[in-house]
Amino acid sequence: MNAPIPVSLLVNGEPIDAVILPRLNLADFLRDNLKLTGTHVGCEHGVCGACTVRIDGEIVRSCLMLAVQAQGASVETIEGLSDSGEIADLQAAFRERNALQCGYCTPGMLMTAQDLLKHTSVPDRRAIREHLSGNYCRCTGYQAIVDAVEATAKTRAERAA
Amino acid sequence: MTVTRAPAGLSVLDRPNSYIGKTVPRPNLDRLLQGRGQYVSDLELPRMAHVVFLRSPYAHARIGAIDADAAKRMPGVISIVTGRELERVITPWVGVLSHLKGLKSAPQHAIAVDKVCWQGEAVAAIVATSRAAAEDAMEHIAVDYEELGAVTDMRTALDSATPVIHASLGDNLAFERTLNAGDVDHAFSESEVVEADFVFGRHTGVTLEPRAVVADWNAAEARLTIYQGTQAPHMVQNIAALHLGLKEAQVRVVCKDVGGSFGIKVHIYADEMATYALSKLLRRPVKFVADRVESFNTDIHARDHRCRGRIGVKPDGTITAFEIDDLTGIGPYSMYPRTSAIEANQVVNLVGGPYVALNYRARARVVFQNKNVMCQYRAVGHPIACSVTEGLVDLAAAKIGMDPVEIRRRNLIADDAYPCASPSGMKFEQLSHHVSLAKLLQMMDYDALRAEQAALRARNIYRGIGIASFIEVTNPSAAFYGVGGAKISSQDGVAVRLDAQGSVICQTSITEQGQGSESLTAQIVGSVLGVSMDRVRVTLGDTDNTPYGGGTWASRGAGIGGEAALQAAKVLRRNILDVAAAILQSTPAGLDIVNNSIVNAGDGAPRMELNELARIVYFRPDTLPPGIQPELMATRHFVPRQYPFAFTNGVQASWLEVDTETGFVTLLKHWVVEDCGTIINPQLVDEQIRGGVVQGLGAALFEKCIYDERGQLTNANMADYLVPMSGEMPDIEIGHVVSPTQETELGAKGAGEAGTAGAAAAVANAVNDALRPFGATITEIPLTPQVILTALGRI
Repeated sequence: MNAPIPVSLLVNGEPIDAVILPRLNLADFLRDNLKLTGTHVGCEHGVCGACTVRIDGEIVRSCLMLAVQAQGASVETIEGLSDSGEIADLQAAFRERNALQCGYCTPGMLMTAQDLLKHTSVPDRRAIREHLSGNYCRCTGYQAIVDAVEATAKTRAERAA
Repeated sequence: MTVTRAPAGLSVLDRPNSYIGKTVPRPNLDRLLQGRGQYVSDLELPRMAHVVFLRSPYAHARIGAIDADAAKRMPGVISIVTGRELERVITPWVGVLSHLKGLKSAPQHAIAVDKVCWQGEAVAAIVATSRAAAEDAMEHIAVDYEELGAVTDMRTALDSATPVIHASLGDNLAFERTLNAGDVDHAFSESEVVEADFVFGRHTGVTLEPRAVVADWNAAEARLTIYQGTQAPHMVQNIAALHLGLKEAQVRVVCKDVGGSFGIKVHIYADEMATYALSKLLRRPVKFVADRVESFNTDIHARDHRCRGRIGVKPDGTITAFEIDDLTGIGPYSMYPRTSAIEANQVVNLVGGPYVALNYRARARVVFQNKNVMCQYRAVGHPIACSVTEGLVDLAAAKIGMDPVEIRRRNLIADDAYPCASPSGMKFEQLSHHVSLAKLLQMMDYDALRAEQAALRARNIYRGIGIASFIEVTNPSAAFYGVGGAKISSQDGVAVRLDAQGSVICQTSITEQGQGSESLTAQIVGSVLGVSMDRVRVTLGDTDNTPYGGGTWASRGAGIGGEAALQAAKVLRRNILDVAAAILQSTPAGLDIVNNSIVNAGDGAPRMELNELARIVYFRPDTLPPGIQPELMATRHFVPRQYPFAFTNGVQASWLEVDTETGFVTLLKHWVVEDCGTIINPQLVDEQIRGGVVQGLGAALFEKCIYDERGQLTNANMADYLVPMSGEMPDIEIGHVVSPTQETELGAKGAGEAGTAGAAAAVANAVNDALRPFGATITEIPLTPQVILTALGRI
């Protein structure tokens, strides 16, 4: 179980082949091996949400998953979502509303917010607050984040209408 | 420093296209939004090694033999270093300040020598090629501990039967302060006296990025570069140099993005000092990033006070006197270099502060314990002082059957009574308690809310309204630390220069942890110069590349660093206009700078773009008239001198519901009216207040470091130490009153701690208001379901 083993996966659409220790968690693999430092490590026990990434379309905490478990999967990080332009409107809303201060929770928060917006067209504030409850922010007090997500939801709904 | 008043006519603050008072997005947020920030935990350097610390499992123990032979043979291990070995590289320190008379502490080492004094104190450093390899090796170190009796209860820390933690100090008393103003006994003898014991849990800041440092000793340059998430780079430079036997010029501190600070990252921690020393010892970069368990066990804790308070009140509502007896346990050492007596000292300074009553007696005692160290965390002392004061005021109101708003109206210092001083000697330049309270009541529609509360009570729904007035210490002068001998600068400096394309480069000694230091600096400089913000680039957090200064803490960035930016920009503007006048054969007074161009002051007609002026100055100075030597760079420093602190004030209100069956509290709404003087960016001020309120709400309802009787921290993880999440937090409405300080041209006071100062007091008063039909009064936070159900007699 301690010998390095090969793993192949897609990270932000790019094929990655690596030989890694089985104990390496996905967050450390992304940060230390692939230098994708936008995925942040806050608690390393699955509570704070700073390490949230998307795997095959679903958000997961990358600190609670071993990198070898991502064999064959498609992993998307904040760098990927930023470069593809998928969340450009959400990021703009965060900027306009100052929905970030230190920025450490922000990549995970954006991942989780985008997940909500993909599944619910116009969530109300209560639903936004509930969905973001697994992502800690120590700076903002959350209201600005809720505002930014709410504004993005409305804009997207208007655009779709 | 002499403050130059604005010339007649338009002041520098309300020039055309001014950014002052405008909500503009912070510059460079895209970096953080796209995951391209540069936090210390992201940093890698060539040959960089990783350090982890073996930490004591005991709260108090003598260290015997340390056997690291097996660990040293583990793969990837570079070195294992004990406290004795590291002592040869870095000297110990004692966290005292001379103006806190009688404050004592014992020498503290980077890694424990002979004895450990709290669970979590480092006993050995393991340096390896990766953190995982270092942790693997750590498992193989054997330490002989002889467990000693742990001092855990602050109430018995001074008893003769309690062991003395540091024999050389004689007892466990770190600091005591007493104050006696007016005639409290006489006042009490003529009043109704109400008293209560207020209990505050131990909290910690829980910065989402743990403390992180990379120390890089370059033996060939004999220079140490410290990359650290810190609020005070020059302080770190001074301390590292002092204890490593270096000159300050041999130490550079670089601070890029910081994942949360809140006062946690304004101190010098033993493990950070050890990391600097290890880099020097091993002649290579060494990285330390605390894991979450280490954060809980070693990031400073705060609060943990027990305070007996008494208030005297007359039947007409006149408050006659306050008295407090405050006790706090700070762990085994006073923190370095700011000390651990400041919070208790602040409590003494601030209790009763919003009110007219001049009779005030206080005692504060600070005792050592075998728990993690305590020190300054956001709103130092304010939440204690505010909760005690406002709790007592509500108790007094209840005693005489007066509405909580009315008793405040009758006792808050009148808005036209300034300047004046508090019984503890705090000088108030201009506060606005009454107009703030009136605004708050209007925002919350107080009377309608009371009616709603009464209607719901009839249906067995228990809602409460809590009000808390507060004062906040901001813009601290040298009175905070400098006078006590700490090399923590109270002045800040800003350098501004026009580059060769007419953009502005600005270097400031204040730092950024997300508050908006970069933005406020760019807004001020852009406004004064007449340059658009996108042309202003701000550099912060680098001792090699900024003027010398204090950094960002104690709500000082905008008020002190902002004023330095304003004054520097004024000088540069004058210098630019001197050159422009020479080029354009005009006079400086006949010209202005608007929208990145030199224009006629009179009719606004464009004369020359700034980039053209810069081109001439830098590349064709031969075409300038003889005798003209342009100076397109200017530096100014600022420190408050007239007032030791720029006090601000405000008032908060909480509207909440208590479930009397489960003890759960639901926060429904929160209001704040705050007066921080000139507002540079309304959105950033509001967000500072909201963030501060939520940290105060965490303290009110959830947060507590729970120690057992042997000094073991039993909830050192994020699942058991609860912080506010989005689902539990209310929307927070904010209003402003603006009383600029006259000490600066900018007029800004701080706003970073106002939210935290009063939030818990408002919640506690609201809970008691909700529980009034049951006759229950609670003066303890956090207000957990257990505390509430106990008060209701349900468990």
